[in-house]
Amino acid sequence: MSTVRLPAVLRAQADGQKAIDVAGGTIREVVAGVVERHPALASQLLGPDGDLHRFVNVYLNGQDVRYLAGLETPVGPTDEIRLLPAIAGG
Amino acid sequence: MVASQAPATQAAGQVAPRFDGIDAAIGGTPIVEVGRLSPSPSVRLLAKLEASNPTGSVKDRVAKALIDDLEASGRIGPDSILLEATSGNTGIALAMLGKRRGYRVAVVVPDNVTTERRQLLALHGAEVIDSPGHLGSNGAIALARDLVARDSRFVMADQYANPANPRIHEATTGPEILAAVPEIDVFVAGLGTGGTLMGVARFLRRSKPGVRVVAAEPIPGENVQGLRSMDEGFVPEIFDPSLLDSRYVVSNRDALAMTRELLAREGIFAGPSSGAVLLVAARVAKEMSSGTIVALLPDGGWKYLSAGAYSTPLDELEDELEGGVAWW
Repeated sequence: MSTVRLPAVLRAQADGQKAIDVAGGTIREVVAGVVERHPALASQLLGPDGDLHRFVNVYLNGQDVRYLAGLETPVGPTDEIRLLPAIAGG
Repeated sequence: MVASQAPATQAAGQVAPRFDGIDAAIGGTPIVEVGRLSPSPSVRLLAKLEASNPTGSVKDRVAKALIDDLEASGRIGPDSILLEATSGNTGIALAMLGKRRGYRVAVVVPDNVTTERRQLLALHGAEVIDSPGHLGSNGAIALARDLVARDSRFVMADQYANPANPRIHEATTGPEILAAVPEIDVFVAGLGTGGTLMGVARFLRRSKPGVRVVAAEPIPGENVQGLRSMDEGFVPEIFDPSLLDSRYVVSNRDALAMTRELLAREGIFAGPSSGAVLLVAARVAKEMSSGTIVALLPDGGWKYLSAGAYSTPLDELEDELEGGVAWW
């Protein structure tokens, strides 16, 4: 099972958990596993088309999956997946 | 030993540049080898030191471009108050340049920025408006845009939306890098507004296609996650994700550790975002068999001293690392 780290903004809908272990061979399967476990997260993570919400960034071992294979990026059992809201700086 | 390792790069007798004023001294920053931080002897690692700009950061380029653009388009006048949302560097640069041109400057900064940034803003005459630190830069942007909507005297420089921001990097930063390092294979920079990355990427795609452009960004600390929902996220208008080849997040702890490593091993005193950029550069280097990486280091270390960036054991900085201090 890979570990999914949740940002503070999502924890209220995930029983306050900072991280959850979810099975899945791809990012899509892992996100589906997160939503299955905590259905209230669905509207926060996914748009109406079933793709990731535009302000959600997903990182596999620190790397943005949009530059890997997106939702189809393979996930290994010891991988860390981090969900973060889009935040600017400067 | 020193001579053989570090050949002189500035020829004896070379004339140092002379400028009409401080505005003209922006840019033209040095690029130096930082090979001791490369994980592979066959991957060269170079750093572009933006701390050499007049107010000490890459944001001098941006601030000058934003003011020039507002003046050229007639959007700023003598009664205007130049406003920006910033974690510090853009505000400091706007304050210095704006004051020289006779404008009032106001900046919205998260209330957890370091003392030095607040002091520099005041020294350059800026009016400082605090936004809640737990809302991070997103909170500062929202407050600044609200002020603009309510008072017509405020003119937002808007580094997040004004194309003048990436354009100045396309016109100056990118060409400076390629001229100094024509063999460049990878460019790494921090992602805040996206200005540096977008501008340099556009220049490199045109001038040397195939160079990979890689972003490093911070993981927001636990205390800087005051958003109520993902809908309060913010993607700068100038950011075009298709111009990047990879994007990595770096924790504040790892960024600070690398910043200390840079000081200890290369003698370069830089700010925490430089550590993040170099950490990502080193990660990319590990995946290369050979090649050349240029990392842009946005600022120097002075503005972070009071927060213990270099002196306090990282284990004792937990609250600060989790957002008690705005490091970027």
